[in-house]
This record gives sequence, C-alpha cells and structure tokens, in this order.
Amino acid sequence: MLAALTLLLLLQLIGEVFVQFFALPVPGPVIGLVLLFAGLLLRGKLGDDLRNTANNLLQHLSLLFVPAGAGVMIHAARVADEWLALSVALIASTLLSMAATALTLKFFLRHRQGADRKEGAA
Amino acid sequence: MNVAPKLSEIWVYLSATPLLGLTLTLLAYQLAFAIYRRSGGNPLANPVAISVALVVTMLTLTGTPYRTYFEGAQFVHFLLGPATVALAIPLFTQLARLKRMLLPLLGALLVGSLTASASAVAIGWALGASNESIRSLAPKSVTTPIAMGVAEKIGGLPSLTAVLVVTTGILGAIAARYLLNALRIEDHAIRGFAVGVSAHGIGTARAFQVSEEAGAFAALAMCLNGIATALLLPLLFKAFGA
Repeated sequence: MLAALTLLLLLQLIGEVFVQFFALPVPGPVIGLVLLFAGLLLRGKLGDDLRNTANNLLQHLSLLFVPAGAGVMIHAARVADEWLALSVALIASTLLSMAATALTLKFFLRHRQGADRKEGAA
Repeated sequence: MNVAPKLSEIWVYLSATPLLGLTLTLLAYQLAFAIYRRSGGNPLANPVAISVALVVTMLTLTGTPYRTYFEGAQFVHFLLGPATVALAIPLFTQLARLKRMLLPLLGALLVGSLTASASAVAIGWALGASNESIRSLAPKSVTTPIAMGVAEKIGGLPSLTAVLVVTTGILGAIAARYLLNALRIEDHAIRGFAVGVSAHGIGTARAFQVSEEAGAFAALAMCLNGIATALLLPLLFKAFGA
C-alpha cells in the first residue's frame, strides 16, 4: 500500500518536472500515467500491491470529485448569469458524445472479421 | 456553565483547521453513498450530486467560505493526481482486449472526444456564453486534473472547469442507462467505453457498479480521452488562432 502510493506520487512528481522542464501542453499526472504504463509494459506483469492500491483509489473515484464540485459556490454569479447556455451545452454535449462514441464503436466492431467481432463482444 | 458561548468558541477554533472540511467531505459522501445504495443503485441518486448538495448546503448554512472548506477538502482533491497515474493499471490489465480492438476504440474515441468538445463550445457560443466560459467548457468531458490543466492552457478558468467537469460526470452517469438502452447498445464493453469518453471518472464509477466489464472499458476510455484531450485541445485552439 505505502510502496505503491509512493510509486504513484513519485511518477506524478516526475511527470510534473517533465511538464515544467519541456513546457509540455499536458498535465503532470498524464505523463505519470504514461510512464507507469510504459513501466508495466517493460516489466510485463503487475504486482499485487500496486493492483490493490490502484483499485482502492479508483473504487472511490467519485469521492475525489466532491471538493471540486462544491466549487460551484464561488461561481454562483456566473452560473446564474449563464445558466441556460451552460446547462444546454453540458446536457447536449454529454448526450451527443456518449451516443457518438457508442454508435461509432458499434459500427467499427461490426465491420470487422467474425473472429474479432466475437472476441470484441465477449 | 453556559454551553452556547463555549460551543461557538470551539466552532471558531475548528473552522480554522482543515479537519472540518475534510470530515464534512467524507461524511457527506458516506451519507450520499448510503442513499444511493438504499435506492438500489438508481442512477438518479448520484452520490457525487448528493454529496455536493450536502456540502454546499452545510457551508451556506454555517456561512463558511469555500476557500476555508477547501483547506481541508484539498487533501481529498489532491488524490485525483495519483488516481490519474493509477489509471495506467486498468489500461494494462485490459491490454489484450485493447490490442485486439485498438483501431475501433481509437476511432470511437476520436469521434466521441471531438463531439464532446466541439458541441459544448458551439452550443455555449450560440447561446451567448462568455469567452471564458466557452474556453472552460471545452475540456469538460475529461477527469478533473487533466481538464483543469487544459483549461489553464487554453485560457479558461480552471476552477470553473472543475465544476463543469463534475456536472458533466453526474449528467453522464445519470443519463447513460436511458440513452444507451434507447440506442439499443447491449454490449457492456461499448456501453462502458461510451460512458468513459463522455463522463470520465464519475461515469466510470457508475459503470463499475453496473459490471466489471463496463467499468474496465469506462476506465480505459476515460484514460484515453484524458490523454487525447490533453494533447489535442491546446493544439486545436492554437490552430484556430483562438
């Protein structure tokens, strides 16, 4: 648990340093993610400690969004002013992108050879 | 002994420590999650929506500024960073399926990701949202730390983006069942992937509660969309000279 958490933080830190040093357009944790993924690919296997820690962290992922969500308080005036544009934009774009993703993926999967299709839907 | 002044002294002391904001966040979430469980996992009883409503109500009733609350809540918020790094793990465990479905997944990701940003920006613009709001809307379909980073790069307000991200996640988690049923999408891999692209971590948390397969594909989608948005959006904004 502790070792895995240290590894995650260390990779995030390296990511942040990378981003600052090379003035990259992506946030530090994304670089950390890519580094961890590359490391796992090189090593070819995943330790139990890392798997369990990651599962614990990701299981409570929705909790981690609560502090940011409560930030709606400081934007109350803007939200009151622009509520129509913001809510229509959010609702419509969320539904559109979900539908577009699902239909595109279904279409692509259907237009592949039988073997691939069967495995893809397994 | 008079209790009221004593209590208000304690309140003054406590409200200056991070303990209160942190405890309030965890308590609100526990309660919200219990309600969600009680409802039989009804998507309308979204735990993030209920938690945020509880926290905002408490802060408003006690006259506590958001900044004070966040001094405690930042410890929870901070974990989004390592949680983002940890997304490499579902990605790795799904490696075999990922390889097999790589091109269809990438195609769907690109379509879904561009639809999310472009439609949000277009609708915001058409309905007269301010320039800052439009820029804050663009990355709203990806997980908070990535979206906030992107918002900063393209001239949006990171804290507003965070709110839009959370709202998007709640909307997606609520709408997924109804929309995907209406579209007759039965494959849990496709359902999960669509939820992950459009509603990031909150949608993914919901997908994991529906099935392991949906959850894994949602995590994969959220992760890929995070990377795609972080790489593409700043370049697109630059290319259009915006």
